[in-house]
Amino acid sequence: MSNVQDYNSRMSDPASRKMGTFSYLPPMDDAQIRKQVEWIVKHGWNPAIEHTEPEYAMSNYWYMWKLPMFGETDVDAILAELKACHEANPDNHVRLIGYNNFTQSQGANMVVYRGTPV
Amino acid sequence: MSAKKYDAGVKEYRSTYWEPEYKVKESDILAVFKVIPQAGVSREEAAAAVAAESSTGTWTTVWTDLLTDLDYYKGRAYAIEDVPGSDDAFYAFIAYPMDLFEEGSVVNVFTSIVGNVFGFKAVRSLRLEDVRFPLWFVMTCFGPPHGINVERDKLDKYGRPLLGCTIKPKLGLSAKNYGRAVYECLRGGLDFTKDDENVNSQPFMRWRDRFDFCQEAIDKAEVETGERKGHYMNVTAPTMEEVYKRAEYAKEIGTPIIMSDYLTLGWAAHNSLSKWCRDNGLLLHVHRAMHAVMDRNPNHGINFRVLAKLLRLLGGDHLHSGTVVGKLEGDREATLGWIDLMRDRFVKEDRSRGIFFDQDWGGMPGVFPVASGGIHVWHMPALVSIFGNDSVLQFGGGTLGHPWGNAAGAAANRVALEACVQARNEGREIEKEGKDILTAAAQHSPELKIAMETWKEIKFEFDTVDKLDTQHR
Repeated sequence: MSNVQDYNSRMSDPASRKMGTFSYLPPMDDAQIRKQVEWIVKHGWNPAIEHTEPEYAMSNYWYMWKLPMFGETDVDAILAELKACHEANPDNHVRLIGYNNFTQSQGANMVVYRGTPV
Repeated sequence: MSAKKYDAGVKEYRSTYWEPEYKVKESDILAVFKVIPQAGVSREEAAAAVAAESSTGTWTTVWTDLLTDLDYYKGRAYAIEDVPGSDDAFYAFIAYPMDLFEEGSVVNVFTSIVGNVFGFKAVRSLRLEDVRFPLWFVMTCFGPPHGINVERDKLDKYGRPLLGCTIKPKLGLSAKNYGRAVYECLRGGLDFTKDDENVNSQPFMRWRDRFDFCQEAIDKAEVETGERKGHYMNVTAPTMEEVYKRAEYAKEIGTPIIMSDYLTLGWAAHNSLSKWCRDNGLLLHVHRAMHAVMDRNPNHGINFRVLAKLLRLLGGDHLHSGTVVGKLEGDREATLGWIDLMRDRFVKEDRSRGIFFDQDWGGMPGVFPVASGGIHVWHMPALVSIFGNDSVLQFGGGTLGHPWGNAAGAAANRVALEACVQARNEGREIEKEGKDILTAAAQHSPELKIAMETWKEIKFEFDTVDKLDTQHR
């Protein structure tokens, strides 16, 4: 049994909470975030930013950061909004969404800045 | 209108049911059969016989034929084509007028078009390859209780395939031990676990005990991981009273998804359960036990693409579709064809994928294809590439067989999945670069590293029996 590793997840440990797509990978660096923004722009999806206090992350409705950026294709402009939302809410989860208005669904949804676990 | 005279006796089918000049109507139901006729029966006669026996015809003329307008009601064979790679088989295309069918009744359509004709003596073998359902029929059927997009919203999961696992051993676990296996998978990062198809309510584990323990597992894993979870609670049962009783209880304890086996449960029963699911807000996972009895023989039976289409009409939110890469049968191009038919709004004729007709699904939602059976982390790049986001990938042995247990196995699969999705989004060719992508991801995940070492060499390389018809079989 000495070769078997324990799975380290606990109710008592807030760091065990996950937050959807890519939350089982290490946090993305700036270059990786840029590529995901490009993926959204390439599909013609509408970028949007949402954030929440980590303790309310299970809710469907996080706070919208301004409005979805309809028709925005400038990757730098989208990255700047992500940064602005993060700086204004440094302890919150900040997620990037690509709204697909044809399927009325979200083509992409990922937390790009992870908040402080509580 | 010229009156016909009654002339008793046997006529050749082709004189009435072979109409090569017929222009198909948008409202017709179209079918294509692969036919191998008995020796001495011409293609036209065999095709006409299939049209007749699957619509208005009987073996001899009857006087009551003259009381109706048979030219309006009859099905007709309107085209014949060679089957690539076969000397004795041909495709017969048959058009059935809309009046032959009850609105919204998949049961009626199939009782009619595959009813008696498969035992008909003039054909040696017969296979229904594809059916074109006209829009009027699609929109009078019920369809998926929720569909792909609503399921994503209910479960709050976007931008990636969903992950599941069938709990093993299939039979023999107590309900409490079974719930343990479920909990471990869910806390490790899977979205779903699944009852196996033959887990119903046996003496070693009655359904109610299983539902209770599995729900506790779901509830705890949700709090622990902060993500939404489900276990496909199998409500397949001997009577509809029992099916509804189990479904009601699943709803009462707050579970998000139940499952049924649509072929063994029966189509009418399944259709009723699907309606119940929409009325009660539960997702419906659909297993296809018994399908290979009908769809595996390339010369006789019903192609799975037809069974997949009819499930979308009957209703289901998930349907098993084959994996292409795992232990169970599945040709890549054919699988791509029927997963399109499950998910898309409009599917164009594409013979390279075995699709014989354009199919318009109107406003009917799509069904998640489920890839399940004999797959593990090394298959992940191919699975993400083949199935795309709108799919459920289910690793049974590939989760439970991890040397550190289910939670570690689940985490390994989740990390592998997310690494492949991230790489795909970054524009990388994930099937080609699969090994690099997984190896890099394993640096941050000891669970994935061990999984990759455990399953490195396992492949299933038997040739597929049910292949698309091509010149070089």
